[in-house]
Amino acid sequence: MYDFTYQKPASVADAVKLLGADPEAKALAGGMTLIPVLKQRLNKPSALVDLAGAGLAGISVAGGTVRIGAMTTHATVANSADVKKAIPALAKLAGGIGDKEVRHRGTIGGSLANDDPTADYPAAVLALGATVETNKRTINADDFFQGMFTTALESGELITAISFPVPEKAAYMKFPNPASRYALVGVFVAKGPAGVRVTVTGAGQNGVFRHRAMEAALQKSFSQAAIADIATPADGLNSDIHAGAEYRAHLVGVMARRAVAAAG
Amino acid sequence: MPQVALTVNGKKVTVDVEGRTLLVELLREKLGLTGTHVGCDTSQCGACVVHLDGTSVKSCTMLALQAAGRSVITIEGLAKPDGTLHPMQEMFREHHALQCGFCTPGMVMSAIDLVQSHPEGLSEQQIRHGLEGNLCRCTGYHNIVKAIAAAWPLMHGKAMPAAAE
Ligand SMILES: Cc1cc2nc3c(=O)[nH]c(=O)nc-3n(C[C@H](O)[C@H](O)[C@H](O)COP(=O)(O)OP(=O)(O)OC[C@H]3O[C@@H](n4cnc5c(N)ncnc54)[C@H](O)[C@@H]3O)c2cc1C
Ligand code: FES
Ligand code: FES
Repeated sequence: MYDFTYQKPASVADAVKLLGADPEAKALAGGMTLIPVLKQRLNKPSALVDLAGAGLAGISVAGGTVRIGAMTTHATVANSADVKKAIPALAKLAGGIGDKEVRHRGTIGGSLANDDPTADYPAAVLALGATVETNKRTINADDFFQGMFTTALESGELITAISFPVPEKAAYMKFPNPASRYALVGVFVAKGPAGVRVTVTGAGQNGVFRHRAMEAALQKSFSQAAIADIATPADGLNSDIHAGAEYRAHLVGVMARRAVAAAG
Repeated sequence: MPQVALTVNGKKVTVDVEGRTLLVELLREKLGLTGTHVGCDTSQCGACVVHLDGTSVKSCTMLALQAAGRSVITIEGLAKPDGTLHPMQEMFREHHALQCGFCTPGMVMSAIDLVQSHPEGLSEQQIRHGLEGNLCRCTGYHNIVKAIAAAWPLMHGKAMPAAAE
C-alpha cells in the first residue's frame, strides 16, 4: 500500500468538506473492498476519510419504508428484527454476503458505491425500487446503477442512506461462487409498490439488470409456471473462469423459479 | 507520524503507526503478538481473525487507525494468566482440531464469536457455515466442527439444546 493520511470526521458535512477539498481523497467504509484494492496499489489516494464517525449507521422502519444508514454493516441488516419482519428477503440477502467477518465490517453504502457486478445488494435495491439518499439528493434505483463499478454518484458525493419500500412479497436466490461467495448468478424477485420486478446480478456484463420478460409474465400470474418457458439469452452475459454465459443464462432461470417459489 | 491508542488483550497501548499500517501489522510487528497469522493477505483465509469489541474481524483488512479507542483480543489474550486455556482452545486440543496449526488462531477466534453469538444453540450446518471465512489446509474441518460443538456447552454453561443439533 502507498501511504495516505487517515481522517475520521465526526459528521457527514465534515466528510464532504474533506473530500471536496482534495480530489485525491477517498471515502472509507468497511474497507472490505477498498483495502484489498489499495494493497494491490491499484489506487493511490492522498487521504482516506473514514465514515465510521459520521453517524451513518442505523435502521429505522416507518410508513411502509425501511431506511438503512449507509454505514450499517451486512451483519446488522441480517440480524435486525425490524428488517427480518418487514423485508425478510433483504435480511437473508445480507446474511449471505461473503463470510461473517466480511459481514461484520462491510457496509451497504460501500457495496452500492462500489457496484461490483457480482454484488448482492444491487439486485435488492433495483428490484424493490429503493431510493439512494446522498448528501445532496435522492436517486432512484433505476437511475443509480450505470454499468459495472459505475453509479450515478458524482466525485465526492456520499451515500447517506437507502430507503426500501416494504414489498408485498419478495425473495432472493443466489448461486454463490463457492470460493468467494459472490454471486455467480443472483435473482431478486419482488412484488410491491414498484410492481413486479425481477433483477439479476452476477451475470450481466453491465452489472445488475431487470429481466423484463419475466417481469411481464409474473405480472400476469405470479407463479413458477409463468416463467418456466422463458429462456434468458446468453448475449451480454459474462463468461469467465467461473462459468460460461450459457450456463449463467440457465442459472438465471433456475434461480428465478426458486425465488418465485420462495416468495410464495 | 500518527499515533493510535487502543486496548489489546486488556492492556492500554499507544503506538506510532502510518496511515497504511494494518491492524495485523500493529499486532505482529509493533506489539510482537505473532499468534495472529497472515495467510493470504487478501481477506480470504481468516488466519488473521481477532476480536474487535468482541466481534470477529479480519485484521489484515483493517487499518490500525480504524481500531483507535477500541478493544482488541488476540489468541494470546484468551488463556487465563495461570495458563488455563479458554474452553475453545481446550476443545481444539481435546478433539485434535489442528494439525500444522497455521489456521488455528483465526479458527479459534472465529469459533468463539460464532458460539457467543448463538446462545440458542448451533447445528453442525450452522457451524460449517460460520467457518466460511476460515480456510484450513490440513484437517478437513471435521474435527474443528466437533471441537466447536463441544465448546458450546462449556461456554454457555448448559447442554446444547436438542433442537439445534
Ligand atoms: C472475502 C470477501 C467476500 C465477499 N463476498 C461478497 C458477496 O458474496 N457479495 C457481495 O455483495 N459482496 C461481497 N464482498 C464485498 C463486501 O460486501 C464489501 O462490503 C463491499 O464490497 C464494500 O463495502 P465496504 O463497506 O467494505 O466499502 P469500502 O471497501 O470501504 O469502500 C468501497 C468503495 O465505496 C466507496 N464508499 C464507501 N462508502 C461510501 C459512501 N457511503 N458513499 C460513497 N462512497 C462510498 C469507497 O470510497 C470505495 O471506493 C466480499 C468481500 C470480501 C473481502
Ligand atoms: S490473512 Fe487475513 S484473511 Fe487471510
Ligand atoms: S491445521 Fe494446518 S491449516 Fe489448519
